[in-house]
Amino acid sequence: MTLPKSATISEPVLTPESEEEAAALVAACAAASRPLAIRGGGTKAAVGRPVNAEATLSTRGLTGITLYEPAELVIAARAGTPLAEVERTLAERGQMLPFEPADARVLLGSEGEATVGGLAATNLSGPRRIMAGACRDAMIGVRFVNGRGEVVKSGGRVMKNVTGLDLVKLAAGAWGTLGLLTEVTFKVQPKAERSATLVIEGLDDVRGVEALNAALCSPFEITGAAHLPAGLGGERALTLLRIEGFSPSADYRVGELRHLLAPYGPAERIVDAGEARRLWQDVRDVRFLAEPQAHAVWRISTVPTAGPRVAAAIAAHADARFFYDWGGGLVWLAVPAEGDCCAEAIRKALAPHGGHTTLWRAPADIRAALQPFQPLAAPLMRLSEGIKRAVDPAGIFEPGRMYAGI
Amino acid sequence: MTTIAFPEPDSAVLGRREAIIAGLARLLPADAVITSEDERRAFETDALTAYRRMPLAVVLPSTTEEVAAVLRFCHAEGVRVVPRGAGTSLSGGAIPQEDAVVLGVAKMNRVLDIDFVNRTARVQAGITNLAISQAVAHEGFFYAPDPSSQLACTIAGNIAMNSGGAHCLKYGVTTNNLLGVTMVLLDGTVVEIGGAHLDAPGYDLLGLVCGSEGQLGVITEATVRILRQAEGARPALMGFDSVETAGACVAAIIGAGIIPVALEFMDRPAIKVCEAFAHAGYPLDVEALLIVEVEGSEAEIEDALKRIVAIAERFSPKALRVSRSEAESAAIWKGRKSAFGAMGRIADYLCMDGTIPTGQLPYVLKRISEICNGYGLGVANIFHAGDGNLHPLVLYDINKPGELEKAEAAGADILKLCVEVGGCLTGEHGVGIEKRDLMRHQYSDIDLAQQMRIRGVFDPAWLLNPAKVFPLDGRVVQ
Ligand SMILES: Cc1cc2nc3c(=O)[nH]c(=O)nc-3n(C[C@H](O)[C@H](O)[C@@H](O)COP(=O)(O)OP(=O)(O)OC[C@H]3O[C@@H](n4cnc5c(N)ncnc54)[C@H](O)[C@@H]3O)c2cc1C
Ligand SMILES: Cc1cc2nc3c(=O)[nH]c(=O)nc-3n(C[C@H](O)[C@H](O)[C@H](O)COP(=O)(O)OP(=O)(O)OC[C@H]3O[C@@H](n4cnc5c(N)ncnc54)[C@H](O)[C@@H]3O)c2cc1C
Repeated sequence: MTLPKSATISEPVLTPESEEEAAALVAACAAASRPLAIRGGGTKAAVGRPVNAEATLSTRGLTGITLYEPAELVIAARAGTPLAEVERTLAERGQMLPFEPADARVLLGSEGEATVGGLAATNLSGPRRIMAGACRDAMIGVRFVNGRGEVVKSGGRVMKNVTGLDLVKLAAGAWGTLGLLTEVTFKVQPKAERSATLVIEGLDDVRGVEALNAALCSPFEITGAAHLPAGLGGERALTLLRIEGFSPSADYRVGELRHLLAPYGPAERIVDAGEARRLWQDVRDVRFLAEPQAHAVWRISTVPTAGPRVAAAIAAHADARFFYDWGGGLVWLAVPAEGDCCAEAIRKALAPHGGHTTLWRAPADIRAALQPFQPLAAPLMRLSEGIKRAVDPAGIFEPGRMYAGI
Repeated sequence: MTTIAFPEPDSAVLGRREAIIAGLARLLPADAVITSEDERRAFETDALTAYRRMPLAVVLPSTTEEVAAVLRFCHAEGVRVVPRGAGTSLSGGAIPQEDAVVLGVAKMNRVLDIDFVNRTARVQAGITNLAISQAVAHEGFFYAPDPSSQLACTIAGNIAMNSGGAHCLKYGVTTNNLLGVTMVLLDGTVVEIGGAHLDAPGYDLLGLVCGSEGQLGVITEATVRILRQAEGARPALMGFDSVETAGACVAAIIGAGIIPVALEFMDRPAIKVCEAFAHAGYPLDVEALLIVEVEGSEAEIEDALKRIVAIAERFSPKALRVSRSEAESAAIWKGRKSAFGAMGRIADYLCMDGTIPTGQLPYVLKRISEICNGYGLGVANIFHAGDGNLHPLVLYDINKPGELEKAEAAGADILKLCVEVGGCLTGEHGVGIEKRDLMRHQYSDIDLAQQMRIRGVFDPAWLLNPAKVFPLDGRVVQ
């Protein structure tokens, strides 16, 4: 094990070249109560509460795919590996990460290259989440350095595993507050032979979301269900459904769906595959709300049929632009970055339906003043604080990134 | 003599038995507190029947409030609690201890709400797995994880064990189909985790609770995803003259981008027993049998099976049959689904549950056969070939002194082998007491200590199902 020289941890950016070195650095920082920000590619550095860290722990030195078995549908990579490298490697064998991770740079206007660790730590999933599960569902193993500077593993490289507590899920979406991920193992999926997209034009939000859910309640295994109100994707509203599979199956399902959706109007198949792919990419990356960059953006997860009601409630008293993914259950909403950016209104609108919201983009002073992540009920907050202490007793990892105190 | 140790019962608690029962009786209706030895006997074991412990008392509450009252009381009194669903655990997860109260949720078995449009169902935790599917079947929906025990096992037990089933290759296991739970902590605090929406805020406590084997809290309600049933499903049956060839065929199917809804494997001894029982028309002259099932409309099924058959033919199958009728499909599945029952008619067995990287199958099966031969025991293998979950049935005779111990030793060797090749101790049955003492083969002391510290956040006094999962020595307690 490489023990850091005392000078090493006083650097503003720590870039360990190995897991052992990372563990030693963390142990030294814990001993010195030196808080750390974790940086992968930094594409999502501007999300959440601003962190007062004295140093940044970079995963730039922890790279490389460590395992890929296409026949077993599994890939593992060190945390600093660029996501693009993983996706390219999978594509060479006709496979992909099932959950369709977004390119956060589009919305955040950030630079850098997203990493495997950053992806896992933020648990972000795109349109296919409704069919294929979230990032956390595809995560089957992690290695991480906890706040004691110990290397911990959980899960493994096999798809089914109930051996002990599932710390993989805890690591997913912890935004780095529960330690430095050093390696992540994902379950992967074959890319479909054919992808077909149906579009219905001109529906209002309620009808659009109804149409999406009618399709989602069919046996046709929808892998994308988004509604773009007028003015976002085009002049008219677009209600989009995606079907993926072998060609005969996709063709058959398209036919059945057009029939099923007839009450909502004609569902046309987008013939240009490139155009359809770009549309879903834009939904995934939230491109429709990228400009103006000055506006605040919320990510709202609720019960699908509640989506339009929540959005309408905000639109009633703010200049809001929004669209729906996940059949209406995911609402992306942009408002001017003023006051509380509608935080209270959104949370009030959500209350009767259940759900949660994250302030995904806003200037740092607003993020510092607001609760960017959904406040938790008191007992859940107590458990979360306990978990934080159980993993990171000195509280050195990304202090306050998600919630004050954890 | 069986080999797995239980903690020494706390004599102070045993001495206060009458007072504890009186206290529980004040909290619950009379018929919800079970104290007589006869009635308690029904709760002294689960499906790991070689082990039994008579609990101090059994309570069967009907509401979350009653559960909270019981837990608050046990917390204050320092009494251990073993949560229980239907008691079908194969790893001894629900086996009581003498100084513990069994808290059974079986009375809490109602469907609370079904939202077809949003595709969720809210249920009480004691409902059986199958009853959820039955409650939504009239609209063409189902709840996807389908353990073979689904007629009996509860959603609470499924959540606690993160149970899977034959169809989880396509649909995932419990954790992938669960949206929310109501859970009561040992101190009586009721927590709502998740809801009817996707991806709860904050740490993924739902993911942590799933598979936590009754150690973090008592689950009283759950919200699960329900899915629309496929239009149809049909299996194909293929036999090969070597395990290697069958394994290569599985790899080729997945390599071709096909994810069947089920991909089951049986070895020769398993085929023989199942065929004798179910008369499914399994070929008897093969070393390995695959059941591959696909879903969709008739035309989609035809297309998918055509692709699969074309792949299988590259591996010179000794038998290859596509089901042509409902009856034929049912017979094919009856053979597989009755495997455990059929095996039980010819021998006693221990059902193991390791997971391996699927590419290691030929090596692992060869080693399993050597291990069992070494103990003078027979073995039959059933395998969820798509996801690597292997169920070796180690055969023994309970009436022969020493055979159970030999079977347990063989089972332990097999699970160590699973870990050695990159797999894990348990894919869906959980650690329970059965694999508790093997945990150090998969995890370092650091790994286990981290898990135990997190466990301690929920139950600092370690009163909830404490004999399970973590080796009894070296426990990290705050
Ligand atoms: C308004 C704004 C200002 C910006 N200012 C700057 C700037 O001043 N300088 C600059 O360089 N860039 C800046 N950026 C750009 C952006 O922050 C960087 O490109 C950057 O952080 C890339 O990574 P990622 O996607 O891999 O995940 P990251 O953004 O690095 O990380 C996302 C989350 O995952 C966690 N995480 C990442 N890796 C791990 C791991 N291995 N284990 C555990 N948790 C992990 C992190 O703690 C974090 O919570 C800015 C962006 C915006 C929008
Ligand atoms: C013939 C047979 C076939 C099987 N097939 C499969 C299969 O295909 N796939 C599979 O995954 N499993 C299978 N199993 C194993 C078993 O059925 C599952 O583990 C099941 O989920 C247990 O459910 P249960 O209700 O019986 O729980 P129990 O056995 O009563 O308890 C199991 C665990 O859950 C905990 N628990 C119970 N209720 C609660 C609660 N309310 N809150 C917190 N914790 C609780 C218990 O403490 C215990 O640790 C099979 C078992 C048998 C006997």
